[in-house]
Amino acid sequence: MSEEAVVDYHPMWAELGLDLPTHDALLGAVGQMYGAAFLKQENRPEGMSYLDFVVSEVHGLRIKELHDFRAQGGKVVGTFCLYVPEEMIRAAGAWSVGLCAGAEFGYDEVEKIMPRNTCALIKSFMGFKLTRVCPYIEESDLVVGETTCDGKKKAYELLGELHNVYVLELPQMKRPEDVAFYREELGELQGKVEELTGNAITAESLRTAIKEVNDKRRALQRIAATRAHSPAPISGKDALLATQVAFYDDVPRYTQMMNALADELEQRVADGVGVAPAGAKRILITGTPMALPNWKLHDIIEKSGGIVVGEEMCTGSRYYDALVPEDGETVEEMLEAISAKYMDINCACFTPNQGRIDDILRMAREVNADGIIDYALNFCTPYQMEAFSVDKAAKDAGVPLLKIDTDYSAEDMGQLSTRVEAFLEMI
Amino acid sequence: MRVLGLDIGSRSVDAVWLADGGDIVDAAIADSGYDPPAAARTFVERGGHDIVVATGYGRHAAREAYGCTAITEIKAYALGASAIFPQAAAVLDIGGQDTKVIALTANGRVADFEMNDKCAAGTGKFLEVMARALGYSLEEMAAASLAAETGLAITSMCTVFAESEVTGLVHRGEDRREISRGLHESIAKRTLSSLARVSAAGPLVFAGGVAKNAAMVELIRAGFKGEVLVPEDAQTVGALGAALSALADIATDATGA
Ligand code: SF4
Ligand code: SF4
Repeated sequence: MSEEAVVDYHPMWAELGLDLPTHDALLGAVGQMYGAAFLKQENRPEGMSYLDFVVSEVHGLRIKELHDFRAQGGKVVGTFCLYVPEEMIRAAGAWSVGLCAGAEFGYDEVEKIMPRNTCALIKSFMGFKLTRVCPYIEESDLVVGETTCDGKKKAYELLGELHNVYVLELPQMKRPEDVAFYREELGELQGKVEELTGNAITAESLRTAIKEVNDKRRALQRIAATRAHSPAPISGKDALLATQVAFYDDVPRYTQMMNALADELEQRVADGVGVAPAGAKRILITGTPMALPNWKLHDIIEKSGGIVVGEEMCTGSRYYDALVPEDGETVEEMLEAISAKYMDINCACFTPNQGRIDDILRMAREVNADGIIDYALNFCTPYQMEAFSVDKAAKDAGVPLLKIDTDYSAEDMGQLSTRVEAFLEMI
Repeated sequence: MRVLGLDIGSRSVDAVWLADGGDIVDAAIADSGYDPPAAARTFVERGGHDIVVATGYGRHAAREAYGCTAITEIKAYALGASAIFPQAAAVLDIGGQDTKVIALTANGRVADFEMNDKCAAGTGKFLEVMARALGYSLEEMAAASLAAETGLAITSMCTVFAESEVTGLVHRGEDRREISRGLHESIAKRTLSSLARVSAAGPLVFAGGVAKNAAMVELIRAGFKGEVLVPEDAQTVGALGAALSALADIATDATGA
């Protein structure tokens, strides 16, 4: 990644108000993690070089694109959750970027305003904001939060004191009246983004946006489908990275590059080329989403000789499995379709949530998983609680399952790798 | 072909040499010291074997140093315990730094397992710290516990908090035998609930360093529904399992399976 003529982005970062020395430290740490986790893998697909490049420029070129877009009057909207439809943001002419942070950073600052026993995801995004190291949030003209779990709900109040935040209210059940309520909330969101950009969401712009985002999901579906084959043509880590980048990158370009990667993977499947030995144990991961740069569990599993063949999470199948119907005529119809599709996502914040368990078991079959690893961040009540039902359902279906509770720190790596290795030996 | 199984733990490095047929040729235990891989190296250099398999927390370091195969303690204890007691249905290993409970399938494979968290609650280390707080040796503390009629409830399992709790109780003039018993009881309770979580049934093999502690054995026996078996060489069960896994690998390689 050390090219000759490296552009110095420090002036741009300074303009954004980043804390430069701290930011340098963060980028250095991420670069090191990336090298250790990704670049040493053997027989990687060539298409991964695009993602390597995107990551190497994650605070560089991509931020420059956002910066230039805004300089021309464009608006950027940051989001934390799948339930905030990016189609609507795009249809109003804005760009959507995912903000969930996946690294332990600035916790000292966070713990001055939040309890220590808050999930790593929330602490991380607050830490990034408080220590001024995330250019994405600084480039966001508006951050759209949502009332999923209690922690996030309250965290947005604190974030709202530091940034322009709008909170979308979500129901907690999925009865018809709840879907109708969500549809109304999307109407509010529409007003909010239209006001931000000065552009009305039209049938034309919404149709285009739905199509573009669906195309991105279709590319990810193609990649996911190849992983069901043995040997798997791509490591779980690389596939996870592809999904993580989907939240940040330019949509049409990313789609094109992911389709190229999918072409290559399909060819590998046809040629029987894989990245792990034929006997490698195939693992489906389920649980709390893994925000960039959280690669810890995938790394442990694959360094222990297993291969991750699917992620039932928001940085995984929950993001790309379903498409928004493309045949809506009016804005009204399309918003209806959007609310139906999004209310079909099975987040543990909802009750009841049998749909998620069904999804997990179906995926385990489809990807030919030898075992499931259920991953939850410490203090993430929804996923930690649901882990017990998932465990029971998996055991009843005869699929071995290992429950893991962890955070972003490296402290428990030894213990985790012993447990993961023992699980791989067991199945 | 002779094999050497090494269990490289935080407190000790255990070694077992096996002959072709699985007979134990030799066994040895050394202190881990500050450099467990170095302690392990002396066994490797002793020779008399063709293959080395390592387990324990130093297994990865050993793999890098001698290019040997590494297996987890879970697999090693399951293999070792079921070799000594073929009827075993579960294994409990309380070691220096961690506790493992393993439920076995009918043919001695791992069905489910659980490990303690990264802290030392309920492990050999915990007992050591508490013995020191009581002014006992480990043996004296076990004997005191056995001599007590009732145990004094200890509220904390955190090593640091429990240590100050124990010191406080001593200062208050509480009976040290009852405190000892209370400490053993709190570990037993915690261990028994892990066993319940993996649905462990008897016969249970109690291995690892703490299995040499008669007070602990008595409490586990009292609380566990099913037979509790303690191997004579409780401490080398992991090393034996590591060596056995090498023999099993040789056998599968030979049959080409
Ligand atoms: S896990 Fe739930 S709350 Fe979190 S991003 Fe996914 S849908 Fe949103
Ligand atoms: S759902 Fe879980 S991981 Fe996500 S913000 Fe809430 S507590 Fe954190």
